[in-house]
Amino acid sequence: MAQKEIEVILARQLAEYLTLPIFIVDPNGDLLYYNEPAEEILGSRFGETGPIAANDLAVIFKTVDHEGSPMKSSRLPLVKAIVNRQPAHDMFWIEGLDGRLRKIAVTAFPIIGQAQRFLGAIAIFWEVPR
Amino acid sequence: MKVTLWGTRGSLATPGPETLEFGGNTSCVSIAGSEDTIIILDGGTGIRKLGQQLPESIKHVYILLTHLHMDHVQGLPFFAPLRREGVDVHIWGPASTTMGLRSRLLRYLSPPLFPISVREILSDLHFHELPSGTIAIHEFEVTAQMIIHPNPTVGYRIKDNGRAVTYLPDHEPALGVNAFPISEDWTSGYDLAEGADLLIHDSQYSVHEYESRVGFGHSCLTHAFRFGQLAQVKEFVPFHHDPTHTDQMLEKMIADTVADVQPSYAVTPGKEGIVIDVGGE
Repeated sequence: MAQKEIEVILARQLAEYLTLPIFIVDPNGDLLYYNEPAEEILGSRFGETGPIAANDLAVIFKTVDHEGSPMKSSRLPLVKAIVNRQPAHDMFWIEGLDGRLRKIAVTAFPIIGQAQRFLGAIAIFWEVPR
Repeated sequence: MKVTLWGTRGSLATPGPETLEFGGNTSCVSIAGSEDTIIILDGGTGIRKLGQQLPESIKHVYILLTHLHMDHVQGLPFFAPLRREGVDVHIWGPASTTMGLRSRLLRYLSPPLFPISVREILSDLHFHELPSGTIAIHEFEVTAQMIIHPNPTVGYRIKDNGRAVTYLPDHEPALGVNAFPISEDWTSGYDLAEGADLLIHDSQYSVHEYESRVGFGHSCLTHAFRFGQLAQVKEFVPFHHDPTHTDQMLEKMIADTVADVQPSYAVTPGKEGIVIDVGGE
């Protein structure tokens, strides 16, 4: 199993100590890690799911816009951060593994490390009170 | 490969009667390859003596810096080949996100921190910025990777003739980890150290000292030994000793850690002047 890049390891270590829900994905959009606060919103535990492939993510976590329509993945801040390599922000609805619909705000930014190495992206998100 | 430790102390040169065994010079290691090429790891104060022992006829020098903290570069201006005309000196090291390696080194090699500027050095200096993956230096295959330590820092894996030496003198892989070690893929430095024939690793603190120094970028002996276990190295050299640790203290700390961790590999205390033969196949 290849070792993660140091910037990604440090990002996970920081995420483990923060109360803000955090996702860390690799350049392909595969979910490498999500922290305990994120587990509450997603309705699943990282220890149980482990890393999740990008294709499976879309199936597991259904996203819905303000009009109740399913969102294309290209509209998601995390995908925008990977594709455009720029920060992105949005607010939408998500149905987690527990089947509950939650309104969340998401801010995502790319992980660009030393020597301009593109290593993935980080999304911080939080549930918006109804 | 013939590995020589020219400086094993961390943070600050610590000469004196209490450090005669382990040495007082800061980080510097040389590796002589199967075709007699010599590469130098770090330019701490130990590099001065190495420079005196290299033949005056040497025309090419290869220096791999892990980072630019003072204890890893302070000896560079006193390294004799740097002051000789006609010598090609290649220096590898990490850039920062905003400043190149040469500019970063110039901060030290210029007044008022040092009276001679890099422009006055007679040898031909060539700077190579890392990380750049794997590079070839004659018979050596050198891999550099970023590792956990404050400010950009790389570790090295040096291969020659089927054998590997890993050099991680300043490294805190246990930072932020509640029960170290966790899995290989989330452990800083693992790829560099995996299965190495020789691992030279930061062992600056005791477990008790580490509790008040988390985030300083260094390891306690226990974490360092466990890292060696995780990576399944064959021989381990505790290195980068704290300036406050005397010979007597280090002997006891290493013996206690061996008894506690019971490593599956050989442990060779990192003493200045020792030579380790990492044989070819």
